[in-house]
Amino acid sequence: MLEAFQTFFRELADTYPKWNFIFFYDPSQWDRVISGLWVTIQLSVVCVILSVLIGVGGAWLQGSPLRLVRNFVAGYIQFFRNTPPLIQLLFFYFALGQFTPTYSPDGWLEVPIISNVGWAIISLSFFAGAFNVEIFRSGIESVPESTIEAAESLGMSRLQIYIYVVMPLAFRVSLPALNNNLVNLVKTTTQALAIAVPELLYEMVSIYNDYSTAQNASMLVLFVVYIVLVGILVLGMNRWERSMKIPGYGS
Amino acid sequence: MSMSRAKGAIPGVTGAAKTDFAVLLPYRAGPSGAAQSLLFSRWMTSAQPWVLVSLLGIALLWPVTAMAQSNYSLTQATDALWRWMPFLVVGGFSQNILISFMTMAIGTLGGVLLGLWQVSKLTPLRRFAWFITQLFRNSPWLVLLFIVMLAFPFEIKIGSTIIAIPDWMKAVFGLSLPIMANISEIVRGAIQSVPTGQWEAAESLAYSRSQTMWRIILPQCFKRMIPPWMNWYAILTMATPLVSLLGVEEIVTLSRQAMEAEDNHPELLMPFYGFALVIFFAYCYPIARITIALERKFQVKL
Amino acid sequence: MTDTTWTSDQPIVSINDVHKSFGELEVLKGVSLDVMKGEVICIIGPSGSGKSTLIRCINALNDIQAGSIKVEGLEVHDPHLNKLELRKKVGMVFQQYNLFPHKTALENVMMAPVLVLKENKADVEKRARALIKKVRLEGKESSYPGELSGGQQQRVAIARALAMRPDVMLFDEVTAALDPETVKEVLVTIKDLAQEGMTCILVTHEMGFAREIADHIYFTDRGVIVEHGPPASFFESAKDPRTREFLSQIL
Repeated sequence: MLEAFQTFFRELADTYPKWNFIFFYDPSQWDRVISGLWVTIQLSVVCVILSVLIGVGGAWLQGSPLRLVRNFVAGYIQFFRNTPPLIQLLFFYFALGQFTPTYSPDGWLEVPIISNVGWAIISLSFFAGAFNVEIFRSGIESVPESTIEAAESLGMSRLQIYIYVVMPLAFRVSLPALNNNLVNLVKTTTQALAIAVPELLYEMVSIYNDYSTAQNASMLVLFVVYIVLVGILVLGMNRWERSMKIPGYGS
Repeated sequence: MSMSRAKGAIPGVTGAAKTDFAVLLPYRAGPSGAAQSLLFSRWMTSAQPWVLVSLLGIALLWPVTAMAQSNYSLTQATDALWRWMPFLVVGGFSQNILISFMTMAIGTLGGVLLGLWQVSKLTPLRRFAWFITQLFRNSPWLVLLFIVMLAFPFEIKIGSTIIAIPDWMKAVFGLSLPIMANISEIVRGAIQSVPTGQWEAAESLAYSRSQTMWRIILPQCFKRMIPPWMNWYAILTMATPLVSLLGVEEIVTLSRQAMEAEDNHPELLMPFYGFALVIFFAYCYPIARITIALERKFQVKL
Repeated sequence: MTDTTWTSDQPIVSINDVHKSFGELEVLKGVSLDVMKGEVICIIGPSGSGKSTLIRCINALNDIQAGSIKVEGLEVHDPHLNKLELRKKVGMVFQQYNLFPHKTALENVMMAPVLVLKENKADVEKRARALIKKVRLEGKESSYPGELSGGQQQRVAIARALAMRPDVMLFDEVTAALDPETVKEVLVTIKDLAQEGMTCILVTHEMGFAREIADHIYFTDRGVIVEHGPPASFFESAKDPRTREFLSQIL
């Protein structure tokens, strides 16, 4: 079965020189594609988790009685929302990255403790996290004052109220906007190519740099893979969203 | 009493409440109902300038102290930036603006068409438009850019004349695809937000469908569409640096070239990339303010 | 100052010359009243007269600028007061958005004793079921607030407040947001509670109900107690012209 698959593409490449699906019949190129896809998935998952944590923490801090804390969070949000994510990536990696301390595993190489993948994770997580803080804030504000007071008069502490009452409700209510933001985050991971993170786009570009005949094929497969990836995510989110509709919101 | 209920479903929170006694406040995404699309501008304008400046100051503390120890001083770096600034702005940022204008123009044309097709009575047209819209809305912009730029011919032959298509033009086409899809959604949303009473009134006055569309519905939609349209323009402008990854000349590529000419001192990175961030902010912030002001002005009163 | 030698022959709630302002606006202008153990007090009056504010001050949901409120000898507005001690003695039911929408009726009732009083879960469950039965909602334990009518939700709220074994129950216009049909079921529940000897302080518009169960009625207007008395004399022969005007408008 696999043999027939591979022979088909090998012959296709011979008859149509411009459509060289090299990664389908050449195992080492296939490995590159898989590794790129894997990095994309890992990057997406880690950034999604981190950005949600940043969002929850930031939303908590935004309710702080201290003006300094509130303004700090506001400043962080405005910075990450009003600047291009690509330039954020470049700024973090090149401008801030040069100052990270390095360690030497073998006495020769100077390896920075935060790699380019690390900076990509930091930059993208804070980027998406900034939007998440606003999303969770809106969710928190939809919890009625009365419900919180009822919890207070039952003797619950501020932290207990946040964990057991406010956050569960706010999270459910902000789900549609959150889903939108997370899908956007997955799409934005492609920009990590700018700092040489070996995600899927980067690997495909490397492949057609090595094999110029594979250009059309790699771009086509890249496009299809992203459509499928994002499509699965969107479909899953939509289904979840539909079962989470709240009266009075949306139409 | 047994309740057949989906796992995790909570009436009143995750589904409709069976009682009209309110269980939860309605989730307000913004002042107006369709505000999801305006979140970007709204968030941008809620900034207080001093907050951003002080944050930048704090962020710069660490690198500045490190810089103080190097040979190439901060003053030299800022001098270099000062020298290169006209070049960056006129040669670089102006390209970003040009690309954004042209992309918005083409994207709007295509988007309006797609939007109208999405509400068409002809099912194949509607399906096709819906498919294209979803396809380009959900694709990463950078991937689309790559595909268009690689696939596009670098010159077109019309008759006996050969027109060379510059790189930035290809980038414009690449970026206009997702813009087109998003504008299509704005148009569709605006048309669908017009009360059905309008359609029925027009029908009873013997207007044909296209007459209704062009004379009654669209003029009302026009105002509603402007704020989200401007919002997407701001988002698009933020996305123009992507074209630098494909070799198109704009502010990021020119910044890199300038730093090369200055012997690539690492101390240059902060001022140069920082300047890029600042100039984008300076351009997009007023647009966001105008967008919010327009939205308030065009607030639909029913 | 907290007096730890409270005995049941002293007022269980003692409000003494309380002044409360919201910024510039003074809402309570020197209110005093005493409630003995087992008494049922109804506070009536036009909107803005300060009745809701007063009742919230008893539970430390609002602070006061002058005067004192003592519950079983505990000075409510003592800055060193352990709020939990107060909340164990005072239970409160609000006008709406009382319950936690993401928990079932049973979980709502059980939540506070388990989280705050740290009682054994099995014991709490037994007690919670008994309370739900007491408010005549047997069979609705696994229903969510979104599936219950307004009257049913308020009854669960009463059960939930009772789960903390308070000595005083506060009711802040609990039937104001309900349909006329469901008002009755809530009033019956409160009446049962009163007849069992619970000290109740109600802010209400239900004059017929007040006349039926109250031991004492207070009329507030513009931040002061204008007139008070047992229901019979209060409704038949009100002395103050303001009282008479208010009663004539609503009866």
